[in-house]
Amino acid sequence: MPKVKVKRKNPSLDMTPMVDLFFLLVTFFMLTASARPDEAVIVDTPSSASEIKIPDTNVITITVDKDSRVFFGVDGQQTKEALLDKMAGKYGVGFTEEEKKTFSLLSNFGVPMSQLKSLLAMESSARKEVNQPGIPIDSVRNELGDWILQTRLTNPKVVIAIKGDQDAEYPTVKRVIDILQDRKVNRFNLITDMEAKPTNL
Amino acid sequence: MAEIQEQADSGKGGKKRAKRSSTKIDMTPLVDLAALLITFFMLTTTFNKPQTMEINMPVKDDNPDSQTLLKASNAMTIILGEDDKVFYYFGLAEDNPEVIESSYAAGGIRKVLTSPQVKSNEKMTVMVKPMEGSRYKNMVDILDELKITDTKKFAMVDIADSDKKLLQEQIGN
Repeated sequence: MPKVKVKRKNPSLDMTPMVDLFFLLVTFFMLTASARPDEAVIVDTPSSASEIKIPDTNVITITVDKDSRVFFGVDGQQTKEALLDKMAGKYGVGFTEEEKKTFSLLSNFGVPMSQLKSLLAMESSARKEVNQPGIPIDSVRNELGDWILQTRLTNPKVVIAIKGDQDAEYPTVKRVIDILQDRKVNRFNLITDMEAKPTNL
Repeated sequence: MAEIQEQADSGKGGKKRAKRSSTKIDMTPLVDLAALLITFFMLTTTFNKPQTMEINMPVKDDNPDSQTLLKASNAMTIILGEDDKVFYYFGLAEDNPEVIESSYAAGGIRKVLTSPQVKSNEKMTVMVKPMEGSRYKNMVDILDELKITDTKKFAMVDIADSDKKLLQEQIGN
């Protein structure tokens, strides 16, 4: 029997298709990526079997965290700048152009109007560290209601979404819903995580 | 100058051939870089948008005359208690109905909502009454159950003292 000769191949392989594929993927992810916005607080939302997706734009997000602090956020830089102007006029607080710019880049915040100026003056790294007390929602100083009303006046197309933490107390959420209803908002969204829909009922 | 020197070097005659180097280049660093970028973009992309649940609250009506009273036979109340407890009863609190404890698991409140007593009665209205100690998760869970079981008529209602009393008497906490 003749010896079987193992054919020795050159170990270097042609990587061109691989590179092509990789760059295609890189391009795809670069174009679809929208950087994760800096949230002022992390919330763990409950899950539901609902399959409706939240719209991309014109959304007010009211965040209720596990300590029942309320945060307010809206998208759109122009909306935010116009909104801050209106709120500044209402509460008699003046903001500089720079503060307006900072505010328009903020995804959400949770301070009363009186502390907003000092929050905007901070460095963005310091802003992450600071403990934001939440927006006042009691009936004496209902700032959340004003924020919502002014946002709706600025941009009438907005949809309101409530993003609550699993452990948020019900009375706080109820208060937020009441504020919305006082402003004649009877349709809103609750942001939840995905959960498989049970099939056997 | 260079030309002259070159000619002097190849004194043997014969054509001077340009050395043909291989056209293949080592692509490994390129692949490394591309893979790194893919990983980076994959991790920073928020791919799936969060789900939402749309709820419509009834318009607040301050005029009690325009509201209709619910008949006892068409009423079901779900009370969301502390520590993820859930109770339900049929009828009105004034008639001292039996309060039954249930759970958020698949065999709990969902079974009740799909039972003939609820499903066969088209006018059956489910009232969800969360207590002060309940969590937001409880509310979402119960709204989800109502959606899963396709219960059309339901409302979020503030808890009344009669409900609390009923719960205290029968469950005793």
